[in-house]
Amino acid sequence: MIYPAVATVIRSLFNRTGETFVGLDNYLQIFSDGRTFHAIQNNIIWVLIFPAAVTALGVLFAVLLERVPYRLVIRTILFMPMAVSLLASGVIWRIMYEQNPDTGALNAVVASVANAVTHPGHYQGARPSQPDLVQGVGDGYQLSQLLAPGDVAHIGFIGFPVAEIPSGAKDAQEPTAQAGQIAGVVWRDFKPGGGGTVGQVEPGKLGLPDMTVQLVDSGGAVKSQVQTNSTGDFSFAGVGSGNYRVVIPAQNFHPAFGGVQWLGSTLVTPAIILAAIWVWVGFATVTIGAGLATMSRDLLEAARVDGATEWQVFRRVTVPLLAPLMIVTFITLTINVLKIFDLVYAIAPGSVIPDANVIALQMYLLAFTGLGNFGIGSAIAVFLFLLVIPVMAFNIRRFRGER
Amino acid sequence: MATRALEIAGPRRSAWRQALENVPIHVFFIVAGVLWALPAIGLLVTSLRPVGLFTVTGWWTIFTGTGGQVGIDNYRHLFDSPLLAGSFVNSILIAVPATIIPVLFATLSAYAFTWLNFPGKTIFFLLLIALMVVPLQMALIPVAQLYGFIGPPGIVKVFLFHAAFALPYATFLFRNFFLGIPHELLESGRMDGANDWRIFRTIILPLAYPAIASFAVFQFLWVWNDLLVGLVFAGNTPPVTVAILQQMRNFGSSVDVISAASFLSVIPPLLLFFAFQRYFVQGLLAGSVKG
Repeated sequence: MIYPAVATVIRSLFNRTGETFVGLDNYLQIFSDGRTFHAIQNNIIWVLIFPAAVTALGVLFAVLLERVPYRLVIRTILFMPMAVSLLASGVIWRIMYEQNPDTGALNAVVASVANAVTHPGHYQGARPSQPDLVQGVGDGYQLSQLLAPGDVAHIGFIGFPVAEIPSGAKDAQEPTAQAGQIAGVVWRDFKPGGGGTVGQVEPGKLGLPDMTVQLVDSGGAVKSQVQTNSTGDFSFAGVGSGNYRVVIPAQNFHPAFGGVQWLGSTLVTPAIILAAIWVWVGFATVTIGAGLATMSRDLLEAARVDGATEWQVFRRVTVPLLAPLMIVTFITLTINVLKIFDLVYAIAPGSVIPDANVIALQMYLLAFTGLGNFGIGSAIAVFLFLLVIPVMAFNIRRFRGER
Repeated sequence: MATRALEIAGPRRSAWRQALENVPIHVFFIVAGVLWALPAIGLLVTSLRPVGLFTVTGWWTIFTGTGGQVGIDNYRHLFDSPLLAGSFVNSILIAVPATIIPVLFATLSAYAFTWLNFPGKTIFFLLLIALMVVPLQMALIPVAQLYGFIGPPGIVKVFLFHAAFALPYATFLFRNFFLGIPHELLESGRMDGANDWRIFRTIILPLAYPAIASFAVFQFLWVWNDLLVGLVFAGNTPPVTVAILQQMRNFGSSVDVISAASFLSVIPPLLLFFAFQRYFVQGLLAGSVKG
């Protein structure tokens, strides 16, 4: 093992083919090559967030688990991801992070919240079938001609999937307006199977139910608002004389929430860090829980008897006593995260690997894929080694202390 | 019971009464339990559904009865693909020797480090501890060049690398365990005229069973779950992790075999986890800084 380490250092001073001595060029290239430098930046994000988050969650879980009788079950569930491969965890999270809210569980949760707030319309992507229906406010539409009581409105839409039409829709009927009414029909101006004339309400063309229709007076105020019925009919009764505009507001066409792009270039690193936290929290919970078990109960009880609140006990007694274990856990997690490889390679889709890249992955990609540059690959390996040296020193000191 | 390993002697005073006072904590743990279990259930359900449904409806729809039929067809397809089916055999052929070889060598060297005197013993041991945390990336390239000259089959390359890389950690673990064995035991063996080899075989090895088990469970899982070493050295005899990764380029259209193979691949680790939980946790805690 000493031979490979020395050989790697020597190899890092030569070029790709290993024939030419290039000095420290490979090391300079680590920082000047955009992709490699981005991998280092990402790894810094990992180091800043991951060990602290996992240690903190480990303390939280371990302390709270002390207070419930079913701690074994929870600890086992939390710990299971540690037993399986990071690749399998990667597959698991790749499925969770699917972008389509219909298939990605995480986006399904986000979508149910988002859609409750924004109320998506039924008819996304619909566009007018006739020129007299023009763009109105925002993404809404309005009839260009004004209507008076007794008039009827024909409002045809095309260009949206039939799946968007609520079930129970029936064929559209030619509307009739009673005295003092403005009536109309909103229909799908398309006859499946061909035939039919554009602009005509004909058998085989579905009415569009649940479409919100507004009646706007000459001052621009919304006078009345109705929903179309199952044949796409609507009517405004008791309309005073004057001219009105029929408006189909934008809310009918609001797109539904399309899903957060978890594995897109901006969110991919936080998304993989989240998956890594899911994997390692069990580890931190068990190490810190083991420390809690050996902790003196008397001290905690003494503090409680002295009238300390639970928070004070935690802050002033538990945390200081656990500090050494928290440091060991933190350091262990830091080493692991410096070398993180599997999870990133498994979760990041090929096209966003440059955005999700980390040091160990870039080392593999440069040295063992494509042309295979052992020179710069060795330099990155040595760089990684230098990063873990402080930890190594810590280990040796602890060993010396033990003796 | 195996589950006792994770047991921590908490305050036992009227546990259930206390439990009732902690409703917010219960809610917290119910949420946490669901958050940790659900993603894994998602994998299992996905592996039971036809690939065509993956891009249409979520796996959770099978619980609402609108998710279409489930079945083990994906697992059948898995065994139609020689690469994926063969990768499970490869993983076993790699993980077993990669576990046995370091046990053989490291128990011997730990014996030497614990009870024999030889020049440079302390230096060697410090070196060993230092080497334990050397990232395995440091060895990939020279070993790849070395293998390039010798050219053993892919499976041998992978398990030899794993075995060599486990030696410092294994020696360290066994030495720590041996230190707890009373010296008198060895002395009495010597009195009876036994040599070191005999003492090692008849006294130390049987006592070392828990340490060997801890190491073996940890090492087997480490190798079984490894991706990087397999990717670099396995060539056309990939272990299961590598075989799955190769399918992931077409995630949407291959998710049937990917999820089925992934689920199958986590069964041996989970069985080991439940059967040897105590050794598992010990080995993992001791080995967590391994390179």
